[in-house]
Amino acid sequence: MTTAPEILGTLHNLKTVAVAELDAVTDADGIEAWRIAYLGRKEGRISMIMKGMAVLDTESKRTVGAMANDVKALLESQLEARIEEMKSAQFTQASQEGRLDVTLPGRRPPLGRLHPITQTLREITNAFGTMGFQVVEGPEVETDHYNFELLNIPKDHPARDMFDTLWLDHTNADGEQDMLLRTHTSPMQARVMEKTKPPVRVVVPGRVYRYEATDATHEWHFAQVEGLAVDEGITFANLKGTLYEFARLVFGPERRVRFRCDFFPFVEPGVDMSIDCFNCDGAGNVKGSDDMCRICRGSGWIEIMGAGMVHPRVLKMSNIDPSVYTGFAFGVGVERIAMLKHGIDDIRYFYGNDARFLRQF
Amino acid sequence: MKVPLSWLKAYVDVNVSVDELAHRLTMAGVESGGVEQLCDWNDTYVGHVLAVEPHPNADRLRLCTVDIGAEQLQVVCGAPNVAVDQNIAFAKVGARMFDTHSGKTEALKPAKIRGVVSEGMICSVLELGIGEEHDGILVLPDDAPVGTLLSDYLGDAVLDLEVTANRPDCLSMLGVAREVAAFQGNQMTEPDISYPEDGEPIDSLATVEVADPEYCKRYTASLITDITIGSSPQWMQDRLNRAGQRPINNIVDVTNYVMLEYGQPLHAFDFDKVKDHHIIVRQAVAGEEHTTLDGIERKLQPPMMVIADPGGVIGLAGVMGGGNTEVTEATTTIFLESASWHPFNTRRTGDALKLRSEASQRFEKGWRPDLPPLALRRATRLMLEVAGGTVAKGIIDIYPGKEEVAVVTLTLARLEKVLGITVPLDEVTKTLNTLGVDCKPVGTDAVEATVPAWRADITIEEDLVEEIARIIGYDRIPTTMLSTPIPLSQPDPARELKEEVRDLLAAAGLQEVINYSMVSGQSIEVTKGTTNGDKEPELLRAANPMSPEHEYLRTTLKPGLLKSLVTNQRHDNVPQWYFEVGREYLFYGEGLPEEPEMAAGIMAGPGALSTWAGEEKATGFYDAKGVLETLFERLGVLAAYESKDDSFYYPGRSAVVMANGQQIAQLGEIHPTVLEHFDVRAERAVYFEIDLAALLTALPDVGLRFRGPSIYPGALRDLALTVPVDVPAAKVQTIIEQHPLVVRATLFDVYVGSQVDDGVRSLAYRVFLQAQDRTLTAEEVTKTMERTLARLQKELGATQRQQG
Repeated sequence: MTTAPEILGTLHNLKTVAVAELDAVTDADGIEAWRIAYLGRKEGRISMIMKGMAVLDTESKRTVGAMANDVKALLESQLEARIEEMKSAQFTQASQEGRLDVTLPGRRPPLGRLHPITQTLREITNAFGTMGFQVVEGPEVETDHYNFELLNIPKDHPARDMFDTLWLDHTNADGEQDMLLRTHTSPMQARVMEKTKPPVRVVVPGRVYRYEATDATHEWHFAQVEGLAVDEGITFANLKGTLYEFARLVFGPERRVRFRCDFFPFVEPGVDMSIDCFNCDGAGNVKGSDDMCRICRGSGWIEIMGAGMVHPRVLKMSNIDPSVYTGFAFGVGVERIAMLKHGIDDIRYFYGNDARFLRQF
Repeated sequence: MKVPLSWLKAYVDVNVSVDELAHRLTMAGVESGGVEQLCDWNDTYVGHVLAVEPHPNADRLRLCTVDIGAEQLQVVCGAPNVAVDQNIAFAKVGARMFDTHSGKTEALKPAKIRGVVSEGMICSVLELGIGEEHDGILVLPDDAPVGTLLSDYLGDAVLDLEVTANRPDCLSMLGVAREVAAFQGNQMTEPDISYPEDGEPIDSLATVEVADPEYCKRYTASLITDITIGSSPQWMQDRLNRAGQRPINNIVDVTNYVMLEYGQPLHAFDFDKVKDHHIIVRQAVAGEEHTTLDGIERKLQPPMMVIADPGGVIGLAGVMGGGNTEVTEATTTIFLESASWHPFNTRRTGDALKLRSEASQRFEKGWRPDLPPLALRRATRLMLEVAGGTVAKGIIDIYPGKEEVAVVTLTLARLEKVLGITVPLDEVTKTLNTLGVDCKPVGTDAVEATVPAWRADITIEEDLVEEIARIIGYDRIPTTMLSTPIPLSQPDPARELKEEVRDLLAAAGLQEVINYSMVSGQSIEVTKGTTNGDKEPELLRAANPMSPEHEYLRTTLKPGLLKSLVTNQRHDNVPQWYFEVGREYLFYGEGLPEEPEMAAGIMAGPGALSTWAGEEKATGFYDAKGVLETLFERLGVLAAYESKDDSFYYPGRSAVVMANGQQIAQLGEIHPTVLEHFDVRAERAVYFEIDLAALLTALPDVGLRFRGPSIYPGALRDLALTVPVDVPAAKVQTIIEQHPLVVRATLFDVYVGSQVDDGVRSLAYRVFLQAQDRTLTAEEVTKTMERTLARLQKELGATQRQQG
């Protein structure tokens, strides 16, 4: 026969022994064995004790039962804590063993990039986009009519010397060459005005061609962005404002801007915009020396764009009344902007397509 | 145009520094390409020789005492021409001079010459770097200011001006002087053109007939007898040298001098060589021959203009004189011509003969019929001055179609409308006046401007607006943003698609390249591939190709991309994945060529960066196809790939991509012979090409429709099949995915070999089944798989692969 005091004594001992054993367990198997030994539903020590309580009287049952439950709860919570503790110790050990050399190179998906001219074109068209200019594009193979005549550059005009032309070997019925590679994006001025009545506000990115020997600053094949705004009330002051904002957006607010008189047959007055040389900060010479700055060739300024008020004859030829409407046009060389922004010293890199160059952008 | 400051100062007082002058001219539209400082000597003075004594220890040396104002110095001099009371150039010790022994410019060192201390040097022009002579010292004029720095007395600066096509007047000293006077607000002085006419009347000595007044608007001439050919004076030679013109003899130098001074080219004939003393201005006769001054015999054609005498051509009008009437040392009588030649005719003559001269370049820029008599008189005066002789009375002046001067009205309202700034009437008048534009006010808000002959570029109101703006300065015009309404936005889906394709191809790991639009004819031929009976475009060749490599407009992007690959193939340890978005130029015989935009790519080399973590396989067909699949999926385009052979590609390894019933792209492994032609080293290279216009039509009409993800569990089943090898995998996939309960089938294994029979291959799919509205029962799943298998068996001859 088992008495209540005996059972209480056993429970008390069991608690001490079980906790001590649990502390001594070192692995998951040991934990499981301990759990079955003490907390197993059928053969576990607690269960056995609880079964042995059947012979006790009601009063003793309550006392012993309460204690047995207390011990069971304690062991369960100890077990849980011990499991946590061991997991944590195991993780600590595993993480110690599995430290990564974070300086080893990563596994990279292949990286493609856009050509620097594409990037610069986007930057330019985006800058004008913020000012309401929409992008349109036009043909690269052009007629004399659009490339020259409608831009106030008649045949035999000395201004044609400004545009060394790549003609195509194709003649019309009169035996005259009738196709050329556009020398500028300006033919789109006429093409746009023919189709769209004011207000007009467009930029035209595209490829243009000149019959010109290639060197570090000249290519026969390059990119330009043309701009055109025509409406009632557009002034030279607006032209300055627009170009100034462009320079600020693309080159940053630190750069100074200069507008000087220049000649292009399709504008009047004509202007060229320069920014102060970033290489010598407009000084014209290398800092602390008398050597001439090689970027601006000593002038302190770098021309970045030609512009002007659309020539009244150009408006008239496109059937826009110059007494009502005024407008401005501008053209910017894309390679030039990219060269200035990135310090590229030879224009031939752009179409040489050496990946070691292209992957830098 | 090189403009020596000293020459410019002959016509206008310059009251700013030379750098400021260059800046002001630049801002006003006459760009200075730089200022060259001449004769910038240090420690060198105008000296006066007080005494000349023999050197105690050397017969050929003399000991001189020189006064340089602040001090008197002793110097040893070996020059034979040194003499007491001369003004000379004296370089003190430390001055940098050209050393005739070492041939370098060096600082003078203190020296003892044969035992006597020499405190500097009396200089020759060679030592000063202003001439070639070293026979004696430079002797300065008696009025040279003793004691001043030599650079202040002799020094000069030369402005290198870039004159724009509309301003031929600035191709002259007077034109530039006028600009300078305009922005300084002072007056310029015109040169003296008067001279005594002591000879016989010119009409009795010479006759001129202008047979073609259309191409010779004005012909003027003077005649000088008894001249003496020799060198021109030093001052004239100095000015010509500094302006970049080599002195020749006094007569030729005067014609060049006046051309630079007025911008009007002149020509001097040896009059004794002119047959019958009769000049005929006419068009050349076809096949006529003439030897120009440069000794080259030229075949002439109408309408080239020539100067002739009854014996034949004696000069090419406006371009170059003839050898047969050239001025020589024996010449005594000069027939001096100053004429106005047709700009286009001169230009065409120059083009046809491939001959450009200083003269023709000026005539090409436009008519200046006012100039010939002015320049003629100026040159005649100078010839008399430098070559002596007697001038015949009067000049010849044939000017049948006298032109009216242009009058342009400018209103203040227009000025404001264009510039966005108001300029008061009196400032407008004053500004235009300083430029030589005569202004008459009309009411209170307009002027009537009479344009001077030298400004033929001013023809409309806006031209005057520019004159005002550039002289008051562009800086005075405010900087304001556009305030007119922004035009309605016009969507441009083609352009948006093009830019998105660029982004997607770059995101797929391809590097963008941009190739030249012109390629060699051979590279087009080699990459042509199989043509499928469509009308072929005509190749367009440049009339003046840059090089044989860039002779034809490309009709395909293939050659450029192959070249990009070759350019980079020596770096063969990285993926060679390139793409280009650009135009083809397809000409079908009429109008302008079509310029369709293509997105094309070439892929070779390793599949990804080879690293410590393992090397990827070499790029192949499926890498390129994967790029296209990703691209099309992203764009929502349902694309089907069909095998199609094309001789550009490796047989059996190329496909066309169809969507919406038309071809939108092609891809394939490039044929080895093509690779070989381009010297591609990679064993394999894959090319693809997307027609962006076709792709645009294949885009879904509306935005993609949303479909809620199913909330019910799905089921996975593997389906292993053996299929005849000629059945395309895409067909198998389509049939499986056609069942409404199949969400997707993923091909996870392809096997051909000993485990399966000949003529079949094994394809294994993982099939995911799911319904939108319920949990599928096992029975439903099994039934679906059975039904699918039955269809595959019936339609494609597929069987379920036996396990084991």
